[in-house]
Amino acid sequence: MRRIYLVLVALPIAAFPVVAAAGEIWVTNEKDDDISVIDTATLEVIRTIPTGERPRGITFSSDHSRVYICASDSDAVEVMDPATGEILHELPSGEDPEQFVLAPDDKHLWIANEDDAVTTVVDVDRREVVAQINVGIEPEGMAVSADGKIVVTTSETTSMAHWIDTATMKIVANTLVDSRPRHAEFTRDGKELWVSSEIGGSVTVFDVATRSEKAKIRFAITGVKDDLIQPVGFKFTPDGKTAFVALGPANHVAVIDMKTFAVEDYILVGRRVWHMALSPDQTQLFTTNGVSGDVTVIDVAERQALKSIKVGRFPWGAATRP
Amino acid sequence: MPKRRIRWKISACLLAALVGGFGPARAEVTVAMTYLRQEVQAPPVLSNLDPIPADLGIAGAKAALADTETTGGFLAHHYTLKVISVAPGGDLVAAAKAVLAASSVILVDAPAESILTVADLPEAAGALIFNVASGERRLRDADCRANLLHSIPEDAMRADALMQMLRARRWTRTAMIVGPRPEDEAYAATLRAAAAKFGVEILAFKAWTFNTDLRRTAGKEVSLFTQDLPDHDVLLVADEADDFARYVADNTWLARPVAGSDGLRGEGWAPVLEQWGAVQLQNRFESAAKREMRPRDYAAWTALRSVGEAVTRINSADPAKLRSHILSDAFGLDGFKGRPLTYRRWNGQLRQPMPVVNARALVELTPIDGYLHQENDMDTLGLDRAESACKAFGG
Repeated sequence: MRRIYLVLVALPIAAFPVVAAAGEIWVTNEKDDDISVIDTATLEVIRTIPTGERPRGITFSSDHSRVYICASDSDAVEVMDPATGEILHELPSGEDPEQFVLAPDDKHLWIANEDDAVTTVVDVDRREVVAQINVGIEPEGMAVSADGKIVVTTSETTSMAHWIDTATMKIVANTLVDSRPRHAEFTRDGKELWVSSEIGGSVTVFDVATRSEKAKIRFAITGVKDDLIQPVGFKFTPDGKTAFVALGPANHVAVIDMKTFAVEDYILVGRRVWHMALSPDQTQLFTTNGVSGDVTVIDVAERQALKSIKVGRFPWGAATRP
Repeated sequence: MPKRRIRWKISACLLAALVGGFGPARAEVTVAMTYLRQEVQAPPVLSNLDPIPADLGIAGAKAALADTETTGGFLAHHYTLKVISVAPGGDLVAAAKAVLAASSVILVDAPAESILTVADLPEAAGALIFNVASGERRLRDADCRANLLHSIPEDAMRADALMQMLRARRWTRTAMIVGPRPEDEAYAATLRAAAAKFGVEILAFKAWTFNTDLRRTAGKEVSLFTQDLPDHDVLLVADEADDFARYVADNTWLARPVAGSDGLRGEGWAPVLEQWGAVQLQNRFESAAKREMRPRDYAAWTALRSVGEAVTRINSADPAKLRSHILSDAFGLDGFKGRPLTYRRWNGQLRQPMPVVNARALVELTPIDGYLHQENDMDTLGLDRAESACKAFGG
């Protein structure tokens, strides 16, 4: 049974002075129906903003004037003014939107509808559904290539990456990956697609040109059962050299050399680590830890956890605001 | 807030025709499966609440078929599922022979003896059979069969899960009420073995002898009935027919939690599971079956999904190849319980985490951290390799 949730827009927005040069990390709290905003300079939560029900995916427009939030149990994508925290309007999203990507031209939002086995394409200006594409069961991971030409949806129960041509909005290929794919991302040069498989315990790297498997990355941590090492979210450093992979209930983030695909390090973080965001200056990585209800701050250069920041219940998504 | 629903439902077959490329070329594969049920007359029970659904198990197989067909739609893999239900006392052997002539993957929902009858038919030699109904140990022990895998947990896995949890809580003094039916005696023996395995004491046993309508008198009768039990932490009840156990809780002489067949239970699946993506499976099941998913539904679901996962990976419907993939290191089924599910290579039992639940929530997912095992901590639940007399798997 779903509660009717009234969005109260009574925020103490003016109460917080803006620190120059400081950035923010916005974290969605799945079971608190709000967003915790972390100041990257002080490493403290400076705002808590109410959202619709069960917020998960979160992303900013490229000029950061808008923030989009998947309010999964409200069956809507909310469009918020990040300055005021006011929800400006909702976008039709299809049922149970979980994760999405915004096309590089800021026009279309590509949404995975977890309960409905479809990917919904929404025109954010006209606020209309442009297309719905049938994909596998429980779509979740969403990726868009830097040139905006390909979108990939991964489906958890079907264990596939579905490659969609953004011009025709049709599937052009389906590639199998290991069990329960969770997250997908193109490298910045557009040459590789990475897909994490939670139950399969691997990350598959595809060569985009041939859509063939180029590498498969596996993990091993002393003292952690192999089947509890479950890769979910991951993040590339902008220089294209290093990937950080969240390993779910293994409570570690793996550090991977993107040239050799070798795992170089494991960093202990909070419990059930989910998604990540980099600080605007790329020196810090913030991980959402679902079960422990906190965010771990990692020093990117030192590859060390610096601090845990208490947020809401079941933090899920993370996005950077400069 | 109005709900926006945009649904364009297209069948898996049509979907296959609509999508463009399929990646690497794959041969068409068709997998013919049958759900074969021997209907059993359920004993009369006191309460009219919670009747046994007519499609128990079958609904789980159908939900798995829908999940599997979607993947198949992208890969030119076709799946069919026939349901054959034999009335109580009907000719199961004749039905099984007909089924084996038409399909090579069979989910059998029947008592242990009948499952063995089907597995031992000459026609079944090359088939892949799943036991989706019987938790009896002997099918995993001396009476195991090479062509028979078990997706339903052994009864001992349920009992071991509960005892692990009681031990972890240090609720180690128990007493037990045992129902009058052979199944109750059997589960009592299973609970007793599990208690011994995990160091839980059963201080007293009491046979359930009432012949009254407890809906009227439970408060008085059960209180007196339990008055002479030695003090205990938890009251165990063995009532596998779901007859009287529901009237024990909150009617006892001492204020003690009830566990076993009612109250706190070890189960393969329960409607209260929501973590690990389980809520998605529950939603899909409920929207199709119009009821909650029960453990027997989950057993049928995991059996059919095991086949689907294997066909997807090896691109074949050959039962021998499917069996060998399912029993290999390469196999891992996403069963919405937080870890990949695999099969025990020495007796064909699906290895899985076992939830311990009450009516409202998941209490523990076993194995609980700290119960160690030399190979796999999930093997702390149920018959382990060293104890099993099963030889059919080459062990």
